[in-house]
Amino acid sequence: MGEAIAFYIIAGFILIFAVLVVTAKEAVHSVVFLVIDFLFVAALYASLGAEFLAIIQILVYAGGIVVLYLFVVMLVNLKRPPEAYADPHRRTTLGFALSAAMLLEIGVIASYGYVKPAPALAAVAAPVTGNTEEVGWLLYTSYLIPFEIASMLLLVAMIGAIVLAKREL
Amino acid sequence: MITPTHYMLLSAALFTIGVVGVMVRRNIIIIFMSIELILNAVNINLVAFSNQLQNAVGQVFAIFIIAVAAAEAAVGLGIILAFFRNKETVNIDEMNLMRW
Repeated sequence: MGEAIAFYIIAGFILIFAVLVVTAKEAVHSVVFLVIDFLFVAALYASLGAEFLAIIQILVYAGGIVVLYLFVVMLVNLKRPPEAYADPHRRTTLGFALSAAMLLEIGVIASYGYVKPAPALAAVAAPVTGNTEEVGWLLYTSYLIPFEIASMLLLVAMIGAIVLAKREL
Repeated sequence: MITPTHYMLLSAALFTIGVVGVMVRRNIIIIFMSIELILNAVNINLVAFSNQLQNAVGQVFAIFIIAVAAAEAAVGLGIILAFFRNKETVNIDEMNLMRW
């Protein structure tokens, strides 16, 4: 019961702040709502027993990525409102209709696709207990190569961001 | 009782809000934030099933998604800055340099 109440409260806040991110007039307000939304998602992770991921969510998303967004919002100093000009070919209503169709589709799949609980996978018996230990053990054994590729991706992204942000392109 | 279906519906709703943001807004910075919302919706699914199956692999994949999101944010915001320096705009309706 307590679990259900916590889920509904956190889910409600996640959705409310997500809507605020999308509808906010000012980009700065959008960024602030995004931080709060990420914190609630972290709370959801914690309630699911994924403490390590909750901390990563706060450190990387709410602490790192959002600060990057904030920097860009501050650097991009607009002399005229960003959304003043609308392309006459833009079809906003069609966009809403397509999004609604997609929500319907995913919702139907989520509601009816889940027939029976999946058989518990023969989990590779991690020789450790605890959430962080288990994730770390998986990252450095079965998923070592994807982990190294992810680090390479981050290095390339860092170099790319520096090159793009240089004065003369 | 909270079943994985609840988490999937929450994730679907968050995903759709992100898609609406991408389709409807014209400020490219807000479009990028909507993409972050979409990636978060996927992560919620992964963590919910990781909890359901008592298997930490879902969380490992969520970590990879966070790494990709960080890379995407860095490069994307670099592109926005470079574009803004040339054209003084963040409105995607005015970003049609490469349109045929």
